[in-house]
Amino acid sequence: MIEPPLVSPTGLDEAYRLLAEAVHRPVAGGTDVLVQLAGELGPPPERLIDLWGLDELRGISLDGDALTLGALTTYTEIRRSAVCRDLVPALVEASATIGAAQIQNRGTLGGNVANASPAGDMLPVLLATDAVIVVGSVRGEREVPAPSFWTGYRQTALQPDEIVVRIRIPLIADRQVRFRKIGTRRAQAISKVVLALSWVAESPGVQWRMVRLGLGSVAERPIRATATEAVLDGRLPTSDTADTASVRVAAEIEPINDVRSTADYRRAVTARVLHRLIREAGGW
Amino acid sequence: MTIRGTLGRAAAPVILPPDAPTPGLDRTPGLDRAPPGRSPLRREGPAKLTGTALYTDDLVFPGAWYGHTIRSTEARARLLGVELDPAFDWSRVVVVTAADIPGPNIVNLIQDDQPILAFGEIRHHAEPVALVAAPDRALLREAAAHVTLRTEPLVPVLDPLASGQVFAHYELSTGDVAAGFAEASLVIEGEYRVGHQEQLYIENNAMIAVPRDDGGVTVHGSLQCPYYVHKALRRSLLLTDAQAQVIQAETGGGFGGKEEYPSILALHAALLARACERPVRMIYDRHEDLAATTKRHPAIVTYRSGVSADGRLVAQDIEIVMDAGAYCTLSPVVLSRGTLHSGGPYACPNVRIRSRAVATNTPPNGAFRGFGAPQTEFAAEMQVNRIAEALAVSPLELRRRWLYRPGDTTPTGQVLRESVAAEEVLDRAAEAAEFERVRARTAAARTEPGHVTGHSTHRIGHGIGLALAWHGAGFTGSGEVHLASVASVELTADGRIVILTGSTEMGQGTKTIFPQLAAEALGVPIEAVDFAPQDTALVPDSGPTVASRTAMVVGGLVIGACRRLRAVVEERSGGPFAGTYPADARAHGPTRIDEHFEPYPGVEFDDTTYRGDAYPAFGWASAIAEVDVDLDTGEVAVRSVVAADDVGRVIHPVLAEGQVEGGTLQAVGYATIEEVKLHDGRYLNDRLATYLIPTALDAPRIETILVEAPFSGAPHGAKGIGELPMDVAAPAVVAAIHDATGVWIHDLPASPERILAAMSAKTAGKTAGDASAGDKAGPR
Ligand SMILES: Cc1cc2nc3c(=O)[nH]c(=O)nc-3n(C[C@H](O)[C@H](O)[C@H](O)COP(=O)(O)OP(=O)(O)OC[C@H]3O[C@@H](n4cnc5c(N)ncnc54)[C@H](O)[C@@H]3O)c2cc1C
Repeated sequence: MIEPPLVSPTGLDEAYRLLAEAVHRPVAGGTDVLVQLAGELGPPPERLIDLWGLDELRGISLDGDALTLGALTTYTEIRRSAVCRDLVPALVEASATIGAAQIQNRGTLGGNVANASPAGDMLPVLLATDAVIVVGSVRGEREVPAPSFWTGYRQTALQPDEIVVRIRIPLIADRQVRFRKIGTRRAQAISKVVLALSWVAESPGVQWRMVRLGLGSVAERPIRATATEAVLDGRLPTSDTADTASVRVAAEIEPINDVRSTADYRRAVTARVLHRLIREAGGW
Repeated sequence: MTIRGTLGRAAAPVILPPDAPTPGLDRTPGLDRAPPGRSPLRREGPAKLTGTALYTDDLVFPGAWYGHTIRSTEARARLLGVELDPAFDWSRVVVVTAADIPGPNIVNLIQDDQPILAFGEIRHHAEPVALVAAPDRALLREAAAHVTLRTEPLVPVLDPLASGQVFAHYELSTGDVAAGFAEASLVIEGEYRVGHQEQLYIENNAMIAVPRDDGGVTVHGSLQCPYYVHKALRRSLLLTDAQAQVIQAETGGGFGGKEEYPSILALHAALLARACERPVRMIYDRHEDLAATTKRHPAIVTYRSGVSADGRLVAQDIEIVMDAGAYCTLSPVVLSRGTLHSGGPYACPNVRIRSRAVATNTPPNGAFRGFGAPQTEFAAEMQVNRIAEALAVSPLELRRRWLYRPGDTTPTGQVLRESVAAEEVLDRAAEAAEFERVRARTAAARTEPGHVTGHSTHRIGHGIGLALAWHGAGFTGSGEVHLASVASVELTADGRIVILTGSTEMGQGTKTIFPQLAAEALGVPIEAVDFAPQDTALVPDSGPTVASRTAMVVGGLVIGACRRLRAVVEERSGGPFAGTYPADARAHGPTRIDEHFEPYPGVEFDDTTYRGDAYPAFGWASAIAEVDVDLDTGEVAVRSVVAADDVGRVIHPVLAEGQVEGGTLQAVGYATIEEVKLHDGRYLNDRLATYLIPTALDAPRIETILVEAPFSGAPHGAKGIGELPMDVAAPAVVAAIHDATGVWIHDLPASPERILAAMSAKTAGKTAGDASAGDKAGPR
């Protein structure tokens, strides 16, 4: 294990200043960073900045028509949050699938976002809920919509001196969000496929609007399957819709073979799970 | 839950001392008198629980250096040189290569083919080529980064079927296979492939070598077989018996993974300790342990079975290819056990088995719980389950017809005279799992509309599956005779009773059950019996702690030694041992009894013809698994396993149950998710992030039924338990997956990827009016 020098700012402004002076790798819960420090998965960082003391990055709050989660919000906090449970239960469901208790106590939403793994389990939920990633630096804050945040394999829209400050999820009336993760085992598993589907419908008999399909582990970054969303938009969750959408999504994605699964499996399962979610919504 | 039973019929007499308790359902822990059949606290349990147990990495040796292994990064290459960067200051560290080995550059085992450090040719990825030691880890890392291997690539052999190098092969036959198939009205063929499996003990391999004043070396390590390590050190470092000392530290699991591997690690640590004249610590991290140490042998088993019109099993023709990896290690014996068990526990008059273990340019495979039998018994059980399907009979009923009964003859010509509990374990498991009732229910559910093709929101298939297995107790063939094991007991001058054996504790219970057996034989409370540390300077060679032989073979020797000690003392004192031994020790000084292994009466095997009694007795096991399969994703949840295991005699019910549960879970992992993926001869998933085993959430509810069909050759009747459960659960799970989905998965693990592919192929085949791919079944 390599131990690069670490600074521990106590306020956000101090953190911004340190980041502006030199490139530091942020440490939030450290559940990804500590693995990187083994130096076996790529060059380890030269300098670290510990964000854990920055209370400005904590807290779950309801701001008008949006749910805001500080970057340092842990999975355990999300699981225990009544606001999350009531307003965006998919966040709670997804948090419950991450690692196990130790990781959930320490791992943060901001870390998952900034780590930009194509298999990050929270990311499809953020895509499906039109989340906005608020980032900050000495230059101030700016907002990046989730679909523009992950730009390539483990690449983000963050500038070298920027950090994730909070995540804002707009609360849209009558929006339903469904989450499903397929891993190799029932806990402590990285996703082979992970997906979140959302739609807006005032009542079960009404056509779906604003359909979002966020997918993980099927591309080099978390993606929205926009062609499939277009197929679903304006339709009812019928068997016809499910068949069309699952064929569409299988054609839309280009997953790969890797140590965890095969491209064929990922494609087939994405289509089948989407089919199931539509089936469940349609109640047939 | 444990339900213990005794064999209803044909049980050989149990030879127990007159004061032996009747085995009963007693799981109360306690430190009081705790004879066999009771469950006293584990000897090393409190120290492990309170964190005071000393594993190798916990041992402190002031001034010790850290050792590191420079490994090949190619599957096969000519090694032209080990280059040390002249820019680095090499005076601060030591480097060892093949040239620095005083004796033969060979890891002592069966064949003299595996070098301690490669020279000339690199034969597998992660092969050790050079060693470095340094006073601290940072310098060690720096030094290692300045060593380069100059190599010239060679074309590796990666496909075992294409390998021309055979480490071992066997052919055994009985009856006339051609005539058997001529009589058959149904022939079922199948090819089954099973992959590597990692033992995944909690503690990685670890060794510390300390130079001795007499020019020798003492090693402290995590290991199963102190005398294997002792022999290896003596031979390659040219040491006398006394100059090589091997001490087992607390060992966090083995499963076979610390049977032969610790020898090479001890040699590495010892070579570095010699070079730097200081203690050297070599503690593998998980990545190195996964990348470099032995795994279960992958195997390809091709199987043909013939069934007569009246439903008899009339022919079995079996071909086995095991992938040994780059060096021989224990492959001949792994293959031998796999070969001998490949017919399964079924009487068949005409059998031919041909097998070979071949070399590939992959890391060497070695011992792992079950030792070849899980691979071939998976194939055997798949065949029986597929035959039952083809005949449209219950797999339970078919097994009842075919299973071994007392008096039956195995393919080696061994007549099963006693201790045959195949029927008992099968019936007990079937009854507890309500096999036929659940099977009828799953069959009915399958015909409901929407099960596989239709639309129903909850597409979960439920299935139940059954398997039966046998496991030869102790070493194969004349192995025990060659081992000539010794176990001793000493009444010391200060009146302590000490058991002296080389048998190791690795979490399975040696330290607890031997005192139980000794206490019973001597008529003293268990806490009166001490257990000497596994230190080759103190204890005799009791043979390796492998092959489920410890309770049966060495336990038997412990009882023998204790009975003799008791007789000697009672002869001298004229009173019962328990009341007189302290005075006897004061009056006569120490009394030590060495008990030597004597061949079991009437057990004979010819290693050249492979005829005779392959094992003195067999353990028998049945497993019934229930699974839920998500028909959209192919994900399998193993809900429950009922495991009935005949172990001869239960010594410690809680530990025995633990062995069955652990072995069953390891087999569930083997069946469903554990898979080593290779690319160019390198393991791709050599980390715990990618090599996955079941977690507590994935573990089924396991119901253990311990059956006792004692073996008369052992004084206590025990036959061993460690490996038996590993043989049987995987085929039961795969049968349950079939029951749930209608597809047979021939290759392990039965991963969701394979299940979904098979289901798609079946649907596609159905529309094309085709039978399932790969299998040939039908009337001839
Ligand atoms: C055993 C184990 C199991 C795991 N299981 C899962 C799982 O099931 N699903 C899953 O998705 N992930 C899993 N992970 C990965 C990890 O736990 C999550 O990605 C977690 O959310 C990371 O959060 P963290 O606070 O620990 O991030 P850290 O490790 O502190 O940081 C992660 C990355 O993000 C950067 N970073 C962190 N915070 C910020 C910020 N505010 N601004 C800018 N950059 C930042 C860091 O520099 C680093 O590059 C697992 C990890 C482990 C070790």
